Amino acid sequence: MQGKVVGSIREAIVLSGLRSGMTVSFHHHLRNGDYVLNLVMEQIAALGIDHLTVHASSLFDIHAPLLDHIKSHVVTKIQTDYMSARLGRAISEGAMEEPVEFRTHGGRPSAIETGAAPIDVAFIAAPASDSMGNCSGKYGKSACGSLGYAFPDAMHAKKVVVITDNLVPYPLVGWSIPETYVDYVVAVDAIGDPAGIVSGTTQITRDPIGLMMASYAVRVIQHSGLLKDGFSFQTGAGGASLAAAKFLKDVMVREQIRGSFGLGGITGYLVDMLREGCFETLLDVQCFDLKAVESIRTDPRHMEISASHYASPTVRSSAVDHLDVVILGATEVDTDFNVNVHTDSGGSIMGGSGGHSDTAAGAKLAMIIAPLFRARLPIVTDRVTCISTPGRDIDVLVTQAGIAVNPRQPELQDRLKQAGLPVVPIEELKTAAEKVTGVPTRPAHGNRAVAKVISRTGELLDTIYNIPRR
Amino acid sequence: MRRSMLFIPGNTPNLVVNSPYLGADAIIFDLEDAVSPGEKDAARILVRNTLRYLDLGGQETIVRINAIDTDYWQKDVEEMVAQGPDLLMLPKSSRPEDVRTVDEAITRAEERAGARRRIRLMPLIETALGVENAYAVATASPRVAALFLGAEDLTADLRCQRTKEGREIEYARTRLVTAARAADIDVYDTPFTDVNDDEGAWRDVETARALGFTGKASISPRHIQAINTVFSPSQEEVDYAYEVMEAIRMAKEQGRGAIALRGKMIDAPIVARARRTLEMAREIGMERSEA
Amino acid sequence: MAEIVRKAAAGTLESSDVYVEIAPGEAGIDLELESVVKEQFGQAIEQVVRQVLQEQGVTCARIRLVDRGALDCVIRARVETAIVRGGE
Repeated sequence: MQGKVVGSIREAIVLSGLRSGMTVSFHHHLRNGDYVLNLVMEQIAALGIDHLTVHASSLFDIHAPLLDHIKSHVVTKIQTDYMSARLGRAISEGAMEEPVEFRTHGGRPSAIETGAAPIDVAFIAAPASDSMGNCSGKYGKSACGSLGYAFPDAMHAKKVVVITDNLVPYPLVGWSIPETYVDYVVAVDAIGDPAGIVSGTTQITRDPIGLMMASYAVRVIQHSGLLKDGFSFQTGAGGASLAAAKFLKDVMVREQIRGSFGLGGITGYLVDMLREGCFETLLDVQCFDLKAVESIRTDPRHMEISASHYASPTVRSSAVDHLDVVILGATEVDTDFNVNVHTDSGGSIMGGSGGHSDTAAGAKLAMIIAPLFRARLPIVTDRVTCISTPGRDIDVLVTQAGIAVNPRQPELQDRLKQAGLPVVPIEELKTAAEKVTGVPTRPAHGNRAVAKVISRTGELLDTIYNIPRR
Repeated sequence: MRRSMLFIPGNTPNLVVNSPYLGADAIIFDLEDAVSPGEKDAARILVRNTLRYLDLGGQETIVRINAIDTDYWQKDVEEMVAQGPDLLMLPKSSRPEDVRTVDEAITRAEERAGARRRIRLMPLIETALGVENAYAVATASPRVAALFLGAEDLTADLRCQRTKEGREIEYARTRLVTAARAADIDVYDTPFTDVNDDEGAWRDVETARALGFTGKASISPRHIQAINTVFSPSQEEVDYAYEVMEAIRMAKEQGRGAIALRGKMIDAPIVARARRTLEMAREIGMERSEA
Repeated sequence: MAEIVRKAAAGTLESSDVYVEIAPGEAGIDLELESVVKEQFGQAIEQVVRQVLQEQGVTCARIRLVDRGALDCVIRARVETAIVRGGE
């Protein structure tokens, strides 16, 4: 059966009808191991198509060749939810004429579905696909687990190209994205570098500060009133967040608390919690390590969910709205609890919201874990360099030197105080840090916008300006 | 109040500057085992500058200097005394003379530095000879504020295996507690060294408290909470202490000599214990539970 | 007054530390600073380095720092250690 299989990426691009000025989309489950975006853009450039919008769920340093495509005007606009530091630095220094548009992992599918950010051709990196495009992330040498972020692209792009390094006979049993959405299938040697796709076993942090914060975080959860049967939880893949998941598991096992679901980017630590009975289900939009990939492939309680199902604010309902507790990170938090995860404190782009502001908005308790200072830079400032998540959605900041509760949550504050936790006003954390580090000089930035931060519901949250070239 | 003491390697800036936030009642900046011979100067200079320039928020500080059979200890004493940590910990304290030698060096350094406060000493007992001389070491100088048992070096000296159960150090533990109490000073138990065995750590801390130690040292912040919890009075103990004090007050008011509480005679040791319990409870902000 | 007579180094490239290299200089203090927080603390760092050099009586040296976000007390310690190691 020949089906939809075409001979090359180039051929698929031509058949898709891609023309200058259109929008191409990519998903980021292969993370810093992804070959597909670069392979596709190389062919697009060779075909002489230019002035494109790249619409990606996240961009990593492996995608640095994009900078050349920007120089040659093959790419003139970028929409993404996250951008790692090397690319971010170049953008911050003014590599693009048009500002990058940052959305969130929930805002992106919403914008795709409502037509605010339409896609002409979606390229889907699939670790396994049959000749008709039934595809999955669970099987093959480049297995990445969930393909959650690719669903809205597949369902709403005008044309959909599946690119795989593991073409299997029709039908692929256990597909994630069905053939009904797929126009073309291309087989290549490798869609990614397994070493960059998922990490092996993510080790719990040995950093004493991280462990200290993790243990405070778990005590906050214990005394929040939310830790009971039916509990739901999400945490990031940072060292202190993983340690918090491990400590939380110990508490739930010891107190025989049977939670409902673990959500989000899934790590081995959440898989352990599932296996030990802390949750009934995992809802997985992206896998972070091999254990998560193995679990989503073999355990029927470990469910793949689409980006919309995960976090879209405009679908009928989404999982973040059922979330009890989320643990998040920050590069800066200000005294109004606004959080920056887009730039470093020098103003250079090095991240993005991802699911940060979606989960913060949805969860009953949104907790930031961050050290009092990081390499001499205090975390708490008067005003964050960039508002990624508005302070109204953040409930608690946990540092090694104390816990600050948003004044919007007086009841939670009382509970934590009564439990003997070191609750302090957030201004005190700022003062404490500056006493140790000194007061940093605020770096000057230019007045040319290099990125716009768009909230999950589509409003402009903040603007990121250019910084001097190094 | 000093329940927990946390070892911080003296040449690790990230840990040194974060030491006030690790939950320990006292921190031990280590210039000895945690520092390689080539970095002894760097560690000494780092700890000295930290004590002088970093606001440690009033946290009690202890510096473990190098042993008196090394070339480093005199310089350690000289430079630390000028910055006034609360205590110096002296490793391999085996004989009272060792303590007196260091005591004299401290006195000279204090005079030179014009120190206002007298630095105290915590001999680390980690040799067979040190265990046998425990009382003499404890009373060798009025600076001695506590004894501290070091089981790793001790078991090497005893030529036995160090185990998690700790049967090999039972004698040393009870001997040190007895010697320290006879000298009316505090006494601290050796760290539990498996940082990944939380349950083992709790058991070991409970053993130490049951034997009469004042507290315990740790090499990992992970065990600090266990130490602080186990070495704090329980709510029942606090409530009982309040009852004891109340019973005494009432007996005094009524002019009675013998006092009974819950059918048991209250004698002087029970009162002394109740006083200590209430003092600790006040320091850690514990109150009487509501009846 | 300390004279720098040989090349010497102190500190590490770990986070919160600073690596300091000192060498005999020709005239005055020749200071080179690389820092992850240069924008925020560059001036403060340079000031503290010069202060330590002065306290130790070093008037002539080449000194290079690679800073990973060290606090003042750490910068002071590493500069002092380098001087001790390179001095006479």
